[in-house]
Amino acid sequence: MSIIKVENLTKRYGDFEAVKGINFSVHKGEIFGFLGPNGAGKTTTINMLIGLAGITSGSAKLLGYDLTFQAKKAQKYIGIVPDESNLYEELDGFQNLSFCAALYGMKKSERMEKAHELLHRFNLADAGNKPFRAYSRGMKRRLTIAAGIIHDPKILFLDEPTTGIDVASARQIRELILDLNASGTTVFLTTHYIEEAERLCHRIAFIVDGKIVRIGTVNELMSEAQEGTIVQFTLDDASDPGLREALRHRFPEFEEEFISGNIVRIHSPSPTGLMEFMKFFDERKLNIYEAKIIRPSLEDVFVKITGIEINKMAKDKEQYKK
Amino acid sequence: MRSCTAFKNILIKDIKTYYIKPPNISWGIIFPIAWTAMFFVKSQTPIDIRAILPGVMSMSILFGTTSMLAVTITFERRHRSFERLLVAPIELSSLMLAKTLGAILFGIANASVPVIFASFLISLSDINWVLAFISVVLMATTSAFLGLFIAVAVSEVFEAQTFSNFFRFPMIFLCGLFIPVSDLPRIIRPLSYIIPLTYGADLLKLSINNDGHIFPILSLVILVTFGVVLFSLSLKNVKRKWIY
Repeated sequence: MSIIKVENLTKRYGDFEAVKGINFSVHKGEIFGFLGPNGAGKTTTINMLIGLAGITSGSAKLLGYDLTFQAKKAQKYIGIVPDESNLYEELDGFQNLSFCAALYGMKKSERMEKAHELLHRFNLADAGNKPFRAYSRGMKRRLTIAAGIIHDPKILFLDEPTTGIDVASARQIRELILDLNASGTTVFLTTHYIEEAERLCHRIAFIVDGKIVRIGTVNELMSEAQEGTIVQFTLDDASDPGLREALRHRFPEFEEEFISGNIVRIHSPSPTGLMEFMKFFDERKLNIYEAKIIRPSLEDVFVKITGIEINKMAKDKEQYKK
Repeated sequence: MRSCTAFKNILIKDIKTYYIKPPNISWGIIFPIAWTAMFFVKSQTPIDIRAILPGVMSMSILFGTTSMLAVTITFERRHRSFERLLVAPIELSSLMLAKTLGAILFGIANASVPVIFASFLISLSDINWVLAFISVVLMATTSAFLGLFIAVAVSEVFEAQTFSNFFRFPMIFLCGLFIPVSDLPRIIRPLSYIIPLTYGADLLKLSINNDGHIFPILSLVILVTFGVVLFSLSLKNVKRKWIY
């Protein structure tokens, strides 16, 4: 069942078309990843979905509400965690949560109970009465997520939730996202950390230059990028100069690659097993320390589809944040 | 009910965060004293407190409301916390009214300070308090909406201050508080009638000194119209500029 349905969604600023007629749907209960480089149209799309940007043409429905006409009705059911923590610096953690709950019409007793519960759940109970400005970046991020879910939204929009925070906090946030999803919240996630998307998302859409270039489950996207099979062996000694020639002679249809030290990779145009190779190395009295089939990562898929280098994308984002 | 809770909490947060702060309280007290002292220095004679009271009250309202609202909204926009309000399930008109009401109350409180001071020095028994209160409320409302209009037009706090002054200082001299409108050069006299302060100040003069020059019902209607127009224009601009 689609909880978000987007059809030919377009956003134009004067002559500039930021989002170019995109189509996708998000199913109830899934974590949907929205990946793309800076300026691809991710934030503009999110802004249209949360009612912070008008829709130029096309349609977007959220829980059946048409966002062109019923954005305020839809906003009751969504939680938003923007890419920058935008809570009130002068209010403390508890006051911030309580205020955010009040914006959704929650009663005072309900607000207080939920704020205390979330401060505990997000390991911020000790900092509940400290002003937000005194929080570390990771704490700010956690409190911002807590503020986004205080009214128990059906859909949570998370924009770059782990950018610029320490490893431990990022890990904690990823666990929180999985917990939230397990409790039934649909998550719409944008990130430029491909491995984060790979680890968290059920389905992913790649957006480049305002257009969705690919959409699918992680496995679907990966199998699309997989061309043949790569098997990798770590041997005790691969220095024998005759080894390459012997491999070519025995397996002429494959291509071998000596990576570094004692690692040998064999590229096969079709699916292949490990046994034949293991027998070959055994005959040559070579010990195998590790044997594995290398699958393409989501990063490989992204680079292949978009032609954009991930490292550059991450650096651009960090630079932008600074 | 949901909107009422949000409205009330936005208002309370703004009052606690921005308005009941020592710098603003001292502003509310020092400002009327400074204006009164200025009149004293200017005239070098004993001051007719009653004569200057409408002027000091008007200035207190105008300066308090326009600058506070323009600055607080611009400040929240800069920190993106305003986006949090825009994506909350509260109608834009209610949201902007909640943000504005704090400034209106601040303006009314500011206007009461010179009245309190004056009450220790002169008798205020024959003032038309109902009319005075209505004119203070309407002046605070139109000034706050002017502040909102300015806040929507700028993106930096310093721009808000500069832009506020662009409106405020000409208004002081054109509204007839210090120089009667009839004494102004004929060519700039029409300008006096397109600024809300002229009508608010005239109502205050009428209620305090029985010295109004404009038919009071007309002043009330014009002030309400100014309020409605400024608020509607601001809402339109918020939708156009902030809901991108």
